[in-house]
Amino acid sequence: MDLTLRVWRQSGPGDKGRFEEYPAKGIDEHMSFLEMLDIVNERLTLEGIEPIAFDHDCREGICGTCGVMVDGRPHGPWEGTATCQLHMRAYSDGDTITIEPWRAKGFPAIKDLVVDRRAFDRIIESGGFISVAAGSAPDANNTPIPQEAAEFAMDAAACIGCGACVAACPNGAAQLFVAAKYSHLSLLPQGQPERWTRAESMVDTMELYFGSCSNHGECEAACPKNISLDFIALLNRDYLRSKWRNRRLAGQKG
Amino acid sequence: MQLDAKIPAGPIQDKWSNYRFDLKLVAPHNRRKFEVIVVGTGLAGAAAAATMGAAGYHVKAFTYHDSTRRAHSIAAQGGINAAKDYHGEGDSIYRLFYDTVKGGDYRSREANVYRLAEVSNAIIDQCVAQGVPFAREYGGLLHNRSFGGAQVSRTFYARGQTGQQLLLGSYQALAKEVGAGTVELHTHAEMLDLVVVDGRAAGIVVRDMETGEIRTHSAHAVILATGGYSNAYYLSTNAMACNGTAAWRAHRKGALFANPSFTQIHPTCIPASDESQSKLTLMSESLRNDGRIWVSKAAGDGRAPGDIPEDERDYYLERRYPAFGNLTPRDVASRAAKVVVDEGKGVGPLRNGVYLDFAEAIGRLGKDVIEARYGNLFEMYERITGDDPYRTPMRIYPAPHYTMGGLWVDYDLMSTIPGLFVAGEANFSDHGANRLGASALMQGLADGYFVLPYTVAGYLAGMLGERPVPTDHPEFEKAAAETRDRLARLLATNGSRTVDWFHRELGKIMIEHCGMARSEEGLRRALAEIPPLREEFHRDVRVLGDNESLNQSLEKAGRVVDFFELAELMCRDALYREESCGGHFRVEHQTPEGEALRNDEDFSHVAAWGWEGEGAEPSLTKEELEFEYVELAQRSYK
Ligand SMILES: Cc1cc2nc3c(=O)[nH]c(=O)nc-3n(C[C@H](O)[C@H](O)[C@H](O)COP(=O)(O)OP(=O)(O)OC[C@H]3O[C@@H](n4cnc5c(N)ncnc54)[C@H](O)[C@@H]3O)c2cc1C
Ligand code: SF4
Ligand code: FES
Repeated sequence: MDLTLRVWRQSGPGDKGRFEEYPAKGIDEHMSFLEMLDIVNERLTLEGIEPIAFDHDCREGICGTCGVMVDGRPHGPWEGTATCQLHMRAYSDGDTITIEPWRAKGFPAIKDLVVDRRAFDRIIESGGFISVAAGSAPDANNTPIPQEAAEFAMDAAACIGCGACVAACPNGAAQLFVAAKYSHLSLLPQGQPERWTRAESMVDTMELYFGSCSNHGECEAACPKNISLDFIALLNRDYLRSKWRNRRLAGQKG
Repeated sequence: MQLDAKIPAGPIQDKWSNYRFDLKLVAPHNRRKFEVIVVGTGLAGAAAAATMGAAGYHVKAFTYHDSTRRAHSIAAQGGINAAKDYHGEGDSIYRLFYDTVKGGDYRSREANVYRLAEVSNAIIDQCVAQGVPFAREYGGLLHNRSFGGAQVSRTFYARGQTGQQLLLGSYQALAKEVGAGTVELHTHAEMLDLVVVDGRAAGIVVRDMETGEIRTHSAHAVILATGGYSNAYYLSTNAMACNGTAAWRAHRKGALFANPSFTQIHPTCIPASDESQSKLTLMSESLRNDGRIWVSKAAGDGRAPGDIPEDERDYYLERRYPAFGNLTPRDVASRAAKVVVDEGKGVGPLRNGVYLDFAEAIGRLGKDVIEARYGNLFEMYERITGDDPYRTPMRIYPAPHYTMGGLWVDYDLMSTIPGLFVAGEANFSDHGANRLGASALMQGLADGYFVLPYTVAGYLAGMLGERPVPTDHPEFEKAAAETRDRLARLLATNGSRTVDWFHRELGKIMIEHCGMARSEEGLRRALAEIPPLREEFHRDVRVLGDNESLNQSLEKAGRVVDFFELAELMCRDALYREESCGGHFRVEHQTPEGEALRNDEDFSHVAAWGWEGEGAEPSLTKEELEFEYVELAQRSYK
């Protein structure tokens, strides 16, 4: 099939950026979306045009590196699918496809379709972990975990940190990502001792970088791993509780 | 050069505890004075950086990824082994050790493998405590499955996402240390050279991938945990950015490279669909528990699978290996697939696959059971190929997957350059000529959480009072200048072909001649074809853009340069090793039935190669392998 791409080009953080049009001729329906971009990039290179920078690594939908807006939808038209798993079967001859980077205050531009998502790491550094020094853990079967609890935690842990939820949100909020990361740890018995400090510090750090959540729900629809909005409810409840609990805990410490 | 593996004395069960008892320790208040560089933040690197940061050392961690949550480790599906014996099947540390040495076709070092098995249980404890949501039974205890032909269930897993969950565990542990300021983190930072001063590893040269700035960093010790080199084949199951540059640059600075030709080809991957294919997708090995592998008995059969009657099908694994059938080990299953495809019996539009058929299992167990077991894999397959495996058999073919070879290390995981340690897939240490399923994750975390924190400390203890070499030392400036020149040359060539074109051509040579079956003739041909291709690359590659902003073609070009040299060494090693063992199959060395024939008499050693300069023959040093505990036997799966 022959397609036309409208691609966002931006030479660096300081550049204003603009759309450019490129033909993508002779594309096979078996190719993945990113393989289509590879081909366009090789052709651009031979024409003397700098190839389009885009992020990707595993190309299996698990590392969360890829992610672009395709015709206004994060990760493109297929539900529950990361950009790298989208295949050209989704398109027909003559289509024009518009490709843009994630746009959000929390994700500054780096180049073309690549943005800086390090703010996610700053949130994890503030409390998205369970403290345990290597070698100090008790036997793994000392604490049985009901199967449903482990499965529920795993549903949240499936988040790949791609940032599509932020890109989809009209406010540029990161609630779904933070809720997924928070819930994974806080639903497990091992995550209880640090639960309330975790809630408070992750949310407070999130607010330094991202907009506020007003329950639009666009994030859930965009998420390639179908992370549920229910986790946001858990995060919000725990955050409110954490405020008075942490004060009390601090008081106890003396 | 003489290679001393520094294996501690004593019975194998006591070696690691004796070693730790004899270790010189660094007192907690002195640890801050030591700087340690960790390159790579996959399972091995993140675990090492987090643990050493928490212990109080001054750690600097580097990764070319934008975040430490995104190493190739994240893609591992199947699981991680440990000798817990939670299910009372008679598993033990000794059995895991034995299985790993045997599975590696007797080409690994007993003492290292024993230690790996010994610390395996602590890994599971550590991960559970960190919040890794492993699969559980109804009673809430941990579930296990058997994997990759093991006769016990010792594999722990988290759905089909074990690597992801383990990496998130070590990523979070590392994030905690970054937040606490014990680890200084550099992301989008690619190591492009190692700096050696007075024979010791003194630091690294790093390119900031967003600004192009070349910086140098020094430390008392350098740890490389930079992953494997399967992408030398261009098409592999590895993530797109995986490369051999860090290890190769260290090799050029004096670190010996061991058994480079020991690579693993995984039998169940989705075949390539055309030239534009950029990588191959692994389908979990667990599918072989219920799927039957077959091709038509007739070459060039154009019929749809459903139109081929039972008696015209060849279930070749069941026929050749009645005892193990579709569950023969990876290397055996992969080679058998190559045989039938080479005979013209391949299936699919490009005739480059074999069928993996679930019709019989669906008939026997019902669609629901199959869906519960493999639903997500079937869905992934359909997304990629557009075919529905419930109705038509899957098509699979082997693909490069893992590299057992790597930088040579001793018992301390130290390379032949003092102060340079190597962990995870990047070293050669534990898997011999073939890695068992679910053992790479175990090894990466063993190295990072439980081995390096001791062995690196032992090295540092001897350096108390010494400061790291300052980065204005001439060796640092020289290495940085050379790196800048290399990049400038790549940008200035402005030839007529893309980096990917060269990488694809190299990959074709490698898979053809240094893949599943290797012959003297083929390897000689590869060794004749690679140098001219490399020279053409340097003359005719086109890398656009500049060094001063994100430039993905420039990054790739640098990695492909190193793949050329590494690929040559892989072929040379394969040519040298006149035997078939594990993933290394030389057609000249096989039994009359076509099975691999080892040559223990002449090749029971590690082949460690030294860099002697561009265009010069590499030097060979051998480490003889001694087997005191495991009895050498021919592997048989009949
Ligand atoms: C599809 C697939 C499935 C697998 N499934 C399993 C399984 O089920 N069980 C199992 O045990 N094993 C499995 N494996 C193997 C296993 O995943 C890997 O061997 C293992 O994760 C490697 O970990 P690592 O820490 O050594 O390296 P990696 O995870 O590859 O990490 C390398 C790190 O080094 C960094 N790096 C590399 N070079 C540089 C440089 N020059 N400068 C800066 N940073 C650099 C990277 O950014 C990255 O952080 C699988 C492999 C594949 C391909
Ligand atoms: S919640 Fe979903 S969309 Fe958001 S980062 Fe995680 S996987 Fe991506
Ligand atoms: S490239 Fe890894 S999720 Fe898409």
